[in-house]
Amino acid sequence: MQPTFTSSRILLPVKPWFVYTTLFLGLMLNFLVPASWAAVPDWIALVLCFWSVREFRRIGMGWAFMLGLVMDVANSAALGQHALAYVVLAYLASTLSRRILWFPLAQQALHILPLLLIAQIIQALIRLAAGSGMPGWTYFAGPFIAAVLWVPFTYLLLLPQYRPAEQDPNRPI
Amino acid sequence: MPGIDQAPPPFFKRGPAPLALLSFYVAASIALFVVDLKYHSVDLLRQAIAIVVDPLQRLAQTPAASIGALAEYARGMDQLQQENAQLRRARLDIAPSLARLLHLEAENDRLRRLLDMKEREKASGQIARILFATRDPFSRRIVADKGGQVGIVAGQPVIDGSGVVGQVTRVSLLHSEITLITDKNQIVPVQVVRNGLRSVVYGLGGGQLELRYLPANADIKEGDLLVTSGLDGIFLSGFPVARVKRVERDSAYAFARIVCEPVAAVENFTDVFILSPATQTTPLPKELTDQIERKAEKREDPGPSAPDKPIKKSKGR
Repeated sequence: MQPTFTSSRILLPVKPWFVYTTLFLGLMLNFLVPASWAAVPDWIALVLCFWSVREFRRIGMGWAFMLGLVMDVANSAALGQHALAYVVLAYLASTLSRRILWFPLAQQALHILPLLLIAQIIQALIRLAAGSGMPGWTYFAGPFIAAVLWVPFTYLLLLPQYRPAEQDPNRPI
Repeated sequence: MPGIDQAPPPFFKRGPAPLALLSFYVAASIALFVVDLKYHSVDLLRQAIAIVVDPLQRLAQTPAASIGALAEYARGMDQLQQENAQLRRARLDIAPSLARLLHLEAENDRLRRLLDMKEREKASGQIARILFATRDPFSRRIVADKGGQVGIVAGQPVIDGSGVVGQVTRVSLLHSEITLITDKNQIVPVQVVRNGLRSVVYGLGGGQLELRYLPANADIKEGDLLVTSGLDGIFLSGFPVARVKRVERDSAYAFARIVCEPVAAVENFTDVFILSPATQTTPLPKELTDQIERKAEKREDPGPSAPDKPIKKSKGR
């Protein structure tokens, strides 16, 4: 099937405070998850990936690096472990963004999956090189769940940017 | 003409090229984790970030914690009464030995002094509450609610009601991080209670421990209790660590594979007791101190330096 660009709607410009709020909420969601739930997706990676695809001028590798350091301290992982994974994730997402946005949502999710997996594998490689144990296969289940969540996530995060379908100049809002 | 070889001003300000930025950040993070994992010398940066992150993390976990507290509150009256009766019975069980403990300790001290032995160190420390387990899937660590503000330092041993839980490995202002004995990088020197055999026990992850480097014909059986031997100068001797669960003797290998289970409730998180760091160290035997002195003399005149480093290290504790 030839992909078309007809499904994309013309969006309002993004509000910066909304981007920062979603990043903060992603961080809080990550803090909330107990350690025993290994398969829960890395929310901040997903949100970061989303904004790197949509708004790569605003959210880029600098943000990825800072958020990665915060996650390193919060998870008491090796300092720089999340940072490296997120920076690579943000770079790949922003380079591929022109291509990814051309596809319908389900196929976008297929593009996102390898990016998130790469981020997870980078972290595993760093820790295995440092002599830690294998985390178990549920560790790699997170990106798959996150990729499935890409479709609802896109609707949720683009909600403030949608124009009403029927424009009515007399409507107050 | 003056302006001809000047580049025109850029239409859009875009900053450095993405590839340049990527290589900069990748280099920065690689430098960070190499320094962190190898030399442990970026703790200041970690603590600075932790000052901001710790309160946020606690805030995020408040709802879950309060739901747990509510569930505790809503538990039935008779369940509490049962628990109370059980605790009372348990206290009665240990009452006879506990009542004589003080007397025995005093007697032990007296006898040790008679024999001219060093007095045993008494355990002291503080109680801390476990807040959560860290989300790092590669290690087994928990976070306790006491940190640098009450004088906890890295290296202090941690026990619970039944045995050794782990060791404090990192301290921030309000929290301290405890590496469990089941972590793959945690090693505890132990002694078998039944016959006094000494060895070290390694964490395996997954709630198990392994007693390594014991010969295949070592006298060790299933159900043997392992207690800390105190040889490391960190753990006081005599705290239960693990019980031998399975012994596999295979003549193809030089060592037996001995899997143990921790005695303490290592993977359920309740209150723990953080022991003060050991202050008294066992002095080295006289022959060894003589040897060291001789080597020190030797080193003054140019000669091959002998590997006396480990001895010095254990002395410094």
